[in-house]
Amino acid sequence: MTDTKKPLLNDTFIVIIFAAAILAMPIWLDPIGGNYPDLLQKFAIYGIFAIGFNILFGLTGYLSFGHAAFLGVGSYAAVWSFKLLTMNVIPAVIFGVLFAGILAAVIGFLSLRRSGIYFSILTLAFAQMSYNLAYSVLTPITNGETGLQLARSDPRILDHLFSDSQASAGLPSTDLFGETMSGYPGFYFCAVLLIICFYISMRIFRSPFGLMLKGIKSNQNRMKYTGLNTRPYMLTAFIISGMYAGLAGSLLAVTDPLAGAERMQWTASGEVVLMTILGGAGTLVGPMLGAGLIKYFENIFSAFDDNVLAQAFSFLPDSVVEFVVPVVGLFVGSGWHLTLGLLFMVIVIFLPGGLVEGFRRVVNYFRSGGNAKQQSVEAQNQAGE
Amino acid sequence: MDAIFIQILNGLDKGAAYALIALGLTLVFGTLGIVNFAHGALFMLGAFCAVTFQKLVTLSVKVRDEGITAFVAYKEQPYLETWFGDTGRIIIDYSVPLSIMLAIPFMLLVGYVMERGLIKHFYKRPHAEQILVTFGLAIVIQEIIKAYFGANPIPQPAPEILAGSANVGSWVGLGNNLVYPWWRLIYLCFSGAVIFAVFAFLQFTTYGMVVRAGMRDRETVGILGINIERRFTIVFAIAAVVAGVAGVMYTPILPPDYHLGMEFLVLSFVVVVVGGMGSLGGAVFAGFLLGVVQSFASMNEVKEIFPGIDQIILYLVAVVILLVLPRGLMGRAGVMDD
Repeated sequence: MTDTKKPLLNDTFIVIIFAAAILAMPIWLDPIGGNYPDLLQKFAIYGIFAIGFNILFGLTGYLSFGHAAFLGVGSYAAVWSFKLLTMNVIPAVIFGVLFAGILAAVIGFLSLRRSGIYFSILTLAFAQMSYNLAYSVLTPITNGETGLQLARSDPRILDHLFSDSQASAGLPSTDLFGETMSGYPGFYFCAVLLIICFYISMRIFRSPFGLMLKGIKSNQNRMKYTGLNTRPYMLTAFIISGMYAGLAGSLLAVTDPLAGAERMQWTASGEVVLMTILGGAGTLVGPMLGAGLIKYFENIFSAFDDNVLAQAFSFLPDSVVEFVVPVVGLFVGSGWHLTLGLLFMVIVIFLPGGLVEGFRRVVNYFRSGGNAKQQSVEAQNQAGE
Repeated sequence: MDAIFIQILNGLDKGAAYALIALGLTLVFGTLGIVNFAHGALFMLGAFCAVTFQKLVTLSVKVRDEGITAFVAYKEQPYLETWFGDTGRIIIDYSVPLSIMLAIPFMLLVGYVMERGLIKHFYKRPHAEQILVTFGLAIVIQEIIKAYFGANPIPQPAPEILAGSANVGSWVGLGNNLVYPWWRLIYLCFSGAVIFAVFAFLQFTTYGMVVRAGMRDRETVGILGINIERRFTIVFAIAAVVAGVAGVMYTPILPPDYHLGMEFLVLSFVVVVVGGMGSLGGAVFAGFLLGVVQSFASMNEVKEIFPGIDQIILYLVAVVILLVLPRGLMGRAGVMDD
């Protein structure tokens, strides 16, 4: 069994393969209809969000239901940076991460005093507070229901400092030193950040700090008995995870300079939980996989309507089509959430480790020739480390 | 004084809905140890029982309108009116309270099927997974309702005799211009009755005694030869019924849409946690308390001092209570302590 102890792939290889897969997305997603910039950007952005969430939930087992607050704060900070300083995206991203980190420090400091469901409810309460405040009292900052938008009259101090010529008519667009951040350049910008984030998350998983978090997950009391104060570790994980969410939020603003309070609603927090679980919590690529799948299905399925379905099933006899189309129609188009809910239940019931675990089971089955179940379970445990 | 009295009534009214949902949640948690995120969806299902019942009783046929003689006019006449005349009209008028008769068996069935079909397999799983699977179930229920009833709220009329407002002021000696909608008063009394019934069931029946014993120590009860799982299944169904009838009676106050459950769910979880996980009395008390606190926070005088306080007060109270009292207001030791 010595050979199974060695990880399947070297870490460097994992990053290279991951980077190649991400950067080549426009190519290999083309045949399945996923190749347009808006969707690709979403893959990358929600990938970052889910990877960050996984650092908290996957490593420590603390289920936060309030991560959307950090996403929202990141967006607001980024849009304010566009409005006040410059249309360059670098400061926007930095501010987004910074403010989300500060908020995460505050919320984490308070919420981490409790664990289990109490922690979930506390984070949920804080996120809902931020959401409700953004809608009501903080309207001067958040612009309430309309959402925070760019305006031509914005000061943009730095931009005006370096170029005295007034920009052309219409709203300026976000840019990275002259390169406009919409379409494919926007995607590549997000993708590069995603790869960096993935690398950092992998380093965290492999580091002593990550091991400590895993220890807290498996038995917090025992960690405390060894004389370790677990709180700072938890708080650090929470803040890092919040900063990831802030980064994702600011990237949402980079690709589309608009921030609305609905990004902070608890359903958005629920979505990232779904992504992480679907892919496999506690695994490296799982969250990215889950985020990609959910966003892909959201875009593809919700575009279906009865006409498209009727065409798709046109090879069947008419009477069958009349029966099939309404039934399938329940699950696609505006009802695609139904598919999501069902898929999610199936995953939690049969495959608590997510898609990654399913994949692993299949691989182990073939590796062991399908003869020894015991062996495959062992190998799986080791691979899961 | 008038304003304060009205706010207390408002708060109790809001609190009644919270308390009913939180009661069911706690019952399920205390017995089965399941954190049921689909409980809000059960509330919503109850509300849609009322909608369905109303649709059923108002199934109409086109008949000649005798009132108009100048030309041939048609009007919709419900079958019930054609068949039973005035009795039919009364049934239609009272469709909301009557739909409880549909809701109770339906919710019992839903609760039973849900527990046997899904929840049963999650007793031993971690709470996080319970939350996730019931959350998924809630989405599914919600989407099915949306597919059949659409996304818009469907208003349900209260019986005509109760549509107006009661002159509450003259009852308590606060002047005649203090009025409060009848239906909300009815809702308050109704929820009081339901809560009383649940407590009486647990306290004064042998069945309830066994259930309470099971909540304390299910292993010992099992050793005594009692099939505690079976009883807990019934308790789950009862919790579903409580949520369902709460939903039915709430429809005239708030037109139900498919999203109703989720909105209430988040708040009721806050209520349950504030009251203390596993404490029935705590859940009811916290429900009414938070309702009253919320309605006071939405008074204009308070809002002038603390702008926006009405939006966050519930969460603020929850945060403070959780940080000061780790087990909530009335939580028992040993429940959900890590």
